[in-house]
Amino acid sequence: MFTDFVDELSKMLAGDQLLTAKSELIPYESDGLTAFKALPRAVVLPEQQSEVVDIVQLCHRYSVPFVARGSGTSLSGGSLPNTDGIVIGLNRLNRILSLDAEQRIAVVESGVINKNVSDAAHPYGLYYAPDPSSQAVCTIGGNVAFNSGGAHCLKYGMTSNHVMGIKAVLPDGNLVELGGSSLENVGPDLVGLFVGSEGLFGIALEITLRLLPIPETYRTVLAAYPSMELAGDAVAAVVASGLLPGAMEIMDNLTVRAVEESVKAGYPIDAGAVLIVELEGEASAVEEEFRDLQEIISKSGAYNVRSARDETERNLIWKGRKGAFGALGKISPAYIVQDGVVPRNQLGAALAEIDSLSQEYGVRVANVFHAGDGNLHPNVLFDNREDGMLEKAEALASEIVKMCVRRGGAITGEHGVGMEKRHLMTDMFSDQDINQMLKLTNEFDPKGIANSGKMFPADRVRGI
Amino acid sequence: MLEPKSVREVQEVVNTASTAMLIRGGGTKTALSTSSGNETVIDLSNLSGILEYRPEEFTFTALSGTSLKNITEMLSENGQWLPFDPPMAKIGATIGGTLATGLSGPGRYRFGGARDFVLGVEWVSSAGEILSGGAQVVKNVAGFDFPKLMIGSLGRFGIISEITLKVFPKMNSFGTVEWDCGDIDGAVGFVKEMTRTPIDLFAIDLESNGIVRARLGGLATTLNNRLARLSEYREGAKIILGDVELDLWEHLREFLWLPDDYSLIKVPITPDLIPQLDACLTDGQSQRKYSVGGNVAWIGWPGTTQEVDTILSGLGLGGLLIIGSPETSWLGTSSTITIFADKVKRAFDPEGRFLPL
Ligand SMILES: Cc1cc2nc3c(=O)[nH]c(=O)nc-3n(C[C@H](O)[C@H](O)[C@H](O)COP(=O)(O)OP(=O)(O)OC[C@H]3O[C@@H](n4cnc5c(N)ncnc54)[C@H](O)[C@@H]3O)c2cc1C
Ligand SMILES: Cc1cc2nc3c(=O)[nH]c(=O)nc-3n(C[C@H](O)[C@H](O)[C@H](O)COP(=O)(O)OP(=O)(O)OC[C@H]3O[C@@H](n4cnc5c(N)ncnc54)[C@H](O)[C@@H]3O)c2cc1C
Repeated sequence: MFTDFVDELSKMLAGDQLLTAKSELIPYESDGLTAFKALPRAVVLPEQQSEVVDIVQLCHRYSVPFVARGSGTSLSGGSLPNTDGIVIGLNRLNRILSLDAEQRIAVVESGVINKNVSDAAHPYGLYYAPDPSSQAVCTIGGNVAFNSGGAHCLKYGMTSNHVMGIKAVLPDGNLVELGGSSLENVGPDLVGLFVGSEGLFGIALEITLRLLPIPETYRTVLAAYPSMELAGDAVAAVVASGLLPGAMEIMDNLTVRAVEESVKAGYPIDAGAVLIVELEGEASAVEEEFRDLQEIISKSGAYNVRSARDETERNLIWKGRKGAFGALGKISPAYIVQDGVVPRNQLGAALAEIDSLSQEYGVRVANVFHAGDGNLHPNVLFDNREDGMLEKAEALASEIVKMCVRRGGAITGEHGVGMEKRHLMTDMFSDQDINQMLKLTNEFDPKGIANSGKMFPADRVRGI
Repeated sequence: MLEPKSVREVQEVVNTASTAMLIRGGGTKTALSTSSGNETVIDLSNLSGILEYRPEEFTFTALSGTSLKNITEMLSENGQWLPFDPPMAKIGATIGGTLATGLSGPGRYRFGGARDFVLGVEWVSSAGEILSGGAQVVKNVAGFDFPKLMIGSLGRFGIISEITLKVFPKMNSFGTVEWDCGDIDGAVGFVKEMTRTPIDLFAIDLESNGIVRARLGGLATTLNNRLARLSEYREGAKIILGDVELDLWEHLREFLWLPDDYSLIKVPITPDLIPQLDACLTDGQSQRKYSVGGNVAWIGWPGTTQEVDTILSGLGLGGLLIIGSPETSWLGTSSTITIFADKVKRAFDPEGRFLPL
């Protein structure tokens, strides 16, 4: 069976587009969540949209499971292969098909790198707003699958808020076009439903994005606090003031020290917490808001406040934040990037609870988070060479997300459910809610071949 | 007509309805919420009330039949608002009807539309179950985005019972700059130029006669300078302030320009296509407004809508009849049901207990 399937694949693809040797498959055995590994039976690297459609149709005909893969930076095991299936690598589907500066619309193939969209739009004074820290490598297709966010999603929203149209091949091989090039829509928001579907509804081929004018001015403030609690209170004060910053990020002491060791962003290493607040927009308005912000920060108990005086200083502040995950890799042999959300007024209490859980487990946790929207990234640091440490770290990571849900939050704010959090879905949704999601996947994917095994608790899905 | 007062009663109604269920919020979008006779009409205007409002969280949860008016007042007392300018608040639109129709006003331009503000929904399914999606926090990607799916779903997938939205701090002052660009081509050309300005426009609308209006909102202290700067983009700028300015946008948001007995049609579009559409509509008595930076056409149309249907199809555009006679809601290309929508319908309403797509 599978050999017939591979035979047919080899007829439709060039030699370098079909990988079957173990040595070639190993790079695909896991994604950004390296704790999970599975070797696919083959990897295909289509170069044309029509090839993707043919491959999916073939998978459907032979009932072979497939997993779409962009750049494999998923932190939830979203692009983890099925051992009885194939990986469809989309990196070669990387054309920007059109960029209409006057109407601020870009049409891109799904393998286009996030940052390349902004780079292409830059000469026209435009950019693509969602900026995951992985933006230099992750693909728009992966962003769409996960509804990815970033530091600057506070004001302008996540991927979903910037996608107007999607062309996709459904798991049964049907080609569909959802939405269009207008910001407006009539009828059910099918684009909205597709974004965040984690590859379970098929493969996005072409995506229509909305671009924004590059803000005229940024005002970036770095404030150091003796404690996380004070930094959290400062965020609450900024939010309550009615200011609408483009970003508000917090890092704890462990992260700050790691960052300073690796990228030297000039953060005070003795700080209990470092807060970054960035205002963006029209110059005159931002200057006015900046005065208000300085006043709030000056009363918030910060012991060291620095405002970027120019673009170089601003970039340095962000370099530290964007390099935080990499920096943690240098102070710990392994770590789990956790992702949970709490209501913003629970930030302080949630952080205190993470701290006590960390002590209880005897496992270090480094916190980096999108404070403005209550999106926590507690990074659980552990030594994977020690027996039982992975399990312990995973248990702590799960415990932290359950705590988020108990506080009225969510199990993931931007990294998706994937493989990692499927057992936590029942903490957030009722059996009936999950059934409704499964009914929908059954309609789209009657054979259960698209990214099967992801998102739902193992006992609730077929095909695994 | 059935008027459930609680979610429990909505479930009972669903369990006993013997004909297709038509859901009605406040009935403002007559083309969508008026029964043609055979349906079980479920009126949700008694399913109203705010369930939770935490100003410091910038979120609230309300029953779907809550009027926009009550919501707006509540938010306003705390210096907050829904910046997408939900339309028809004055004439009694409900939050459920607004989201189920997917309507946003001119303010959609700046921060996004109804779809971009919804965080969570609860609905009564075709099987009478209470289901939910999303969460009550401002950021969440767990599970499928059912809240967004429900936007524009027109009561075809379920009866929305509860809605959680995020809100924004309210802008405390507004001003508008108006230009006369001569004709629609001139207006479209100018709007395209303005969409790339670094000035944060809150809204930008245009009209068939070439009028373009750009709205700014924000701190009172900087507004005058910003308006002056905006005026410099083109000769002949007229600055509008105060109550006149507020009335101007309310007129648009509430469709007060729509003559009695006219139908109201919403057409998503891109600026480039506006001149063509407008040219097709100049005969007869139609009225047109182009909003959200030229991303939506609002067409006021006398008489039957067959002709509009043909025109839209010819241009590859789709439309939705919002106000008018209830027979044909989908116009132009939007009347073709996609495989995708069909599959969603089967998953949500396998027995066709709600109206067909
Ligand atoms: C250092 C680092 C920092 C990160 N920072 C952030 C951050 O700030 N914010 C954030 O949200 N995430 C972040 N991430 C997570 C990750 O980068 C995002 O989830 C990203 O969107 C994944 O893109 P990708 O191209 O790598 O997709 P992959 O990892 O290859 O795939 C992700 C999922 O999308 C599916 N998929 C891929 N392409 C398609 C397609 N065309 N159609 C349908 N499904 C598809 C896959 O099957 C998989 O389920 C970070 C990751 C790393 C390693
Ligand atoms: C021009 C005009 C003038 C009016 N003037 C007045 C007036 O002066 N005084 C007055 O009292 N009234 C007036 N009305 C009627 C009044 O506005 C309605 O009571 C009200 O607008 C409610 O509309 P709605 O927004 O809730 O949506 P509806 O029109 O009720 O519904 C719109 C769509 O959403 C669906 N829907 C609604 N709620 C849900 C839900 N919870 N779940 C799933 N689907 C749902 C419906 O099935 C329909 O498809 C006027 C109406 C019009 C058109």
